[in-house]
Amino acid sequence: MTATSGAAAPASSGSSGPLLPDVLRSEWTKLRSVRSTYWSLLAAAASVVGLSALICSLYVNRYNSLSAVDRAEFNPTSFSLSGIFLAQLAIGVLGVLVITSEFSTGMIRSTFVAVPQRRVVLAAKATTFTAVTVVVGLVSSFAAFSVGQAILSGRHIEAHIGQPGVLRSIIGAGLYLAVLGLLSLGIGAIIRHSAGAMAALFGLLFVLPGVVSVLPSSWVNTIGPYLPSSAGQAIFETAPGIHLLSPWTGFLVFCLYAAVALGVAAVTLVRRDA
Amino acid sequence: MAIIEAHGLTKRYGPTVAVDDLSFEVKAGQVTGFLGPNGAGKSTTLRMILGIDNPTSGSVLIDGRPYGQHRRPLFEVGALLDANAFHGGRSARNHLLCLAQSNGIGAGRVGEVLEFVGLTDVANRRAGGLSLGMGQRLGIAAALLGDPGLLLFDEPVNGLDPEGIVWIRTLMRSLANEGRAVFVSSHLMGEMALTADHLVVIGKGRLIAATSVDEFVHASSHNFVRVRTSEASRLMALLQAHGGDPRTEPDGAMHVTGMESAAIGDLAAAHGIALHELSPQTASLEEAFMELTKGSVEYHGGTNGAGLTLAKGA
Repeated sequence: MTATSGAAAPASSGSSGPLLPDVLRSEWTKLRSVRSTYWSLLAAAASVVGLSALICSLYVNRYNSLSAVDRAEFNPTSFSLSGIFLAQLAIGVLGVLVITSEFSTGMIRSTFVAVPQRRVVLAAKATTFTAVTVVVGLVSSFAAFSVGQAILSGRHIEAHIGQPGVLRSIIGAGLYLAVLGLLSLGIGAIIRHSAGAMAALFGLLFVLPGVVSVLPSSWVNTIGPYLPSSAGQAIFETAPGIHLLSPWTGFLVFCLYAAVALGVAAVTLVRRDA
Repeated sequence: MAIIEAHGLTKRYGPTVAVDDLSFEVKAGQVTGFLGPNGAGKSTTLRMILGIDNPTSGSVLIDGRPYGQHRRPLFEVGALLDANAFHGGRSARNHLLCLAQSNGIGAGRVGEVLEFVGLTDVANRRAGGLSLGMGQRLGIAAALLGDPGLLLFDEPVNGLDPEGIVWIRTLMRSLANEGRAVFVSSHLMGEMALTADHLVVIGKGRLIAATSVDEFVHASSHNFVRVRTSEASRLMALLQAHGGDPRTEPDGAMHVTGMESAAIGDLAAAHGIALHELSPQTASLEEAFMELTKGSVEYHGGTNGAGLTLAKGA
């Protein structure tokens, strides 16, 4: 028996035709064939919907004991979307792992031997992963809103999708998760080590705001809105604070962070040895 | 025609030179052994051939082009770099499928290569649970996906059981007999003598020899005759007078070069010298290889003799 037994190479020639569709198919197979994808996405969706149900139920239960001021400040949309803050951990971890697991297992060498055009690999990874996170993000944020408002409707304090800013917040929450995934992927591709990349990502999102907050207040007010977390979250704030960017400006700034991370990754992936 | 052409290939890591101005060729239809002690720069060279590492200077071409300029390179090159270049959480089938898809190769071919390497039964299990030998077979299946004309194997027999070693040897021979170029690295000379037609020998990143296996064996064989006698000094004078070059060894034996054993025996008999031993010796290939790479080994062990020695008749 020889290596060429059976049909040999398929009809397509070795050097023509567009590459990206093939690599997209390959990256899609990679994404759907490891368990961490399912666990992380399930954790993200469960966080978004579950926390919405939990927080709204708790609020409804203690509604009678709340002061008028508390009731006036209540924002039903924000309440039902607060699970996003937990879900970003799962999406961030998955975004990092999508690329760092290839480096830690040695898979990256198989990948780059098969597709030496490393930027095409990065683009295909980013595309397939974003397609998944957009769907999971949007579906779970709509579900969280519906579940939350259904619970709040017991007290007739629910929000409606037609009210100003509500639809934008729901869509924005889903998009925030997707862009966060891209930022994670970019950081993972630059740092290449799972633990290091996660530390960098969560440092940027959670630690940096704390560090900035001890600066003089004029600085805080200038820099604060442009930090990745506050810029990104502006899109699902229904009552924008004075120290937040406008929803879409904030979202654009957040997208820029992801774009810069992916841009740097595109350069270092090619330059550095795998 | 040469499939791989390396010109002045050099790789530096800071002050360390891993590969130093290396030039060689690999041709179709034969197994080319890439031989050198551990740390000689073999794996680094293979990674540069495959575009995984960028050379500091010099170049290496495959079919006349740098690796990075090949689109869908699996049709031209198959590589087994290390036994574990896969994600342990993915099944063997999906591992091969994602690689195949990236080059536009269909799922049917994945089934074929799985069958060929004998992994069909475990194809849907997590690849992380495969034994080292099975992992090696999975790597070979990946290398064969595009039915390429060039195959690169980095230390393919490392850690394999005897059955696996024979399987890989036979596979490499049959791939070369089909007209493909096979480039296989090893630090074991004996292993290469069994499979390779041609040798590229390196030490400390430099080219030591590029030659056919036969020539290498011939040129580096140190044949001598071991002689023991109680009248060593008399015999030594006689041998020197007749063109022999005797040397006394620490154990009291005499190693004679330049004369055949028959001539030594006749000479001793003619002068009434009793011989206690008269035995022609052929240095093993492993010894020849060690002789050749002496001074270019990164780390010297405290003991010797651990290598597989293979006394091969001249």
